[in-house]
Amino acid sequence: MNIAVCVKQIPDPAVPGKLDADHTLDRSGEPILDDSDAYGVEMALQLADKSGGGEVILISMAPGGAVKGLRTALAMGAARAVLVSDDALAGSDSLSTAKVIAKAVERAGGVDLLVTATESSDGYTGTIPAQVAELLGWPSLTFAKHVELGDGKVTIQRQTENGYDVVEASLPAVVSVTAGVVEPRYPSFKGIMAAKNKPVDAVTVADLGLGNDQVGWTGARQQITSVGAAPERQAGEKVEDDGEAYQRIVQYLEQLKVV
Amino acid sequence: MAISKIWVFAEADGDTPATSTLELLSKARELADTLEAVYVGANADALAGTLGEYGATTVYAIDPGDALPGPIGAAALEALIGEHSPDALLVAQSYDGRDALARLSVKLDRPVLTNGVGLRVDGDKLIVGTAIFGGNTLVDTEFEGEAPFLAAIRPKSFPAEPGSGSAASVVAVPTPDAGRAGEAKVLERHVEEREGPKLEEAAVVVSGGRGIGSAEAYGPLVDELAKLLQGASGASRAIVDAGWVPYSKQVGQTGKVVKPKLYIALGISGATQHMVGMKGSDNIIAVNKDAEAPIFGIADLGVVGDVHKVVPALIEALKAK
Repeated sequence: MNIAVCVKQIPDPAVPGKLDADHTLDRSGEPILDDSDAYGVEMALQLADKSGGGEVILISMAPGGAVKGLRTALAMGAARAVLVSDDALAGSDSLSTAKVIAKAVERAGGVDLLVTATESSDGYTGTIPAQVAELLGWPSLTFAKHVELGDGKVTIQRQTENGYDVVEASLPAVVSVTAGVVEPRYPSFKGIMAAKNKPVDAVTVADLGLGNDQVGWTGARQQITSVGAAPERQAGEKVEDDGEAYQRIVQYLEQLKVV
Repeated sequence: MAISKIWVFAEADGDTPATSTLELLSKARELADTLEAVYVGANADALAGTLGEYGATTVYAIDPGDALPGPIGAAALEALIGEHSPDALLVAQSYDGRDALARLSVKLDRPVLTNGVGLRVDGDKLIVGTAIFGGNTLVDTEFEGEAPFLAAIRPKSFPAEPGSGSAASVVAVPTPDAGRAGEAKVLERHVEEREGPKLEEAAVVVSGGRGIGSAEAYGPLVDELAKLLQGASGASRAIVDAGWVPYSKQVGQTGKVVKPKLYIALGISGATQHMVGMKGSDNIIAVNKDAEAPIFGIADLGVVGDVHKVVPALIEALKAK
């Protein structure tokens, strides 16, 4: 069972984000593995183990040939990576990105299951999993909080507004997993050392058989017309708890007539 | 060519349209001459009255059987759009809405704009407003190229206001063959009993963050206070990521947007990720140990203190009343 996982390398969320002059996100710092994707990597490693082997292959698109985030996921236990990096990709929207990822999955070869997060932490469109599935002609089982493989099928518990549904499809398929459903392992020292020598297949847009006009600003077919500051919300009263602060809250609740 | 015909991808909450659907119809009614809905589900007749009241004249109804609705919806929409040429399709940024819109964008080879919180028509342009960086920056983006324009709008972006339309006429559309995408079947449905209101619709929301210390503290602190105030309980991303509570409780950029009358943040520092989901609340109370926590910058009442002391005392006081 070969399982591919989408991993995004994003600007460190601990550093306040800013926009470049072209209104795209400033990605100049060294990107790190999106926390959201650590769950997908862990899920893929567990599923590969349970299915009796096979490779876990990382799929990533990042500027400047970034590999730091990939090395983190390789150190967790993934076997290899396909990394798409190309100046032509700047400004790509979700559909263009999905086209790139679908081609990269095909290039990875022999993939039975593609695992993704539900959305990235920086762009968070939340459309890529189903877009990639549509491009590949695969079923998509989205918002999974539990995943099982067996008999050429994948079965998930899909998060719903009021609980969950059990959803099944045959392989190959795409599964998006919600955060918090598995505990991502910490890379071991041995894992970190091994990751340095694991293969990263670095490719360009042309290597994937896509035209530059299908990606980047041209492919995105949208234009940012304005960027402005939102009205700020002002801070109100701030009290130190001296053991009695709960009474101030009770008062406030009474004023609002919620009690 | 102006934007004259807008479609809304309708979703249901039992036998009534979802609130997010009514919000989209209310906004689209201002913008469009013709407003129609597309619904993937078995009970379209039950929804037609309310959909009509909110402005939809027609609802195209597709019964997905036991297939996941998103992929079936995308296949049906591709054919219906070819036939009826709407200028725009609006979906809620929901589980099924995202699935349908994403697949449709590939079928039509059109970009999608997602996480919209604003919507405006300027001549033949449709402009989608989004809020980024924790909601402190507003961005307008317009579609280039040909209609239909495909947009996903976050729930709670517009008020749901009924109009005076009569029931929408239901047009039953045969279930399309969605190919392998249609293979994803729902085998079982598990409905978890919920006490009190839904998170997005509650007048009071009480959320917990890392500062509550453990998964075990969520019930006695967060759920308990929410219950006393007849509200709903929510969570920051940190404790969803830690597996303390399910994703459906997450408030924030990658979770739900709430705009209650009162939001109470317990042990939440106020990462930008969280703030964007709750800063539209009418009133905000925050309790946090760290006096420098960013949440205090937007709280109407901030209590610098230990949630494990303040909240039990508060709960006792409310129970005594």
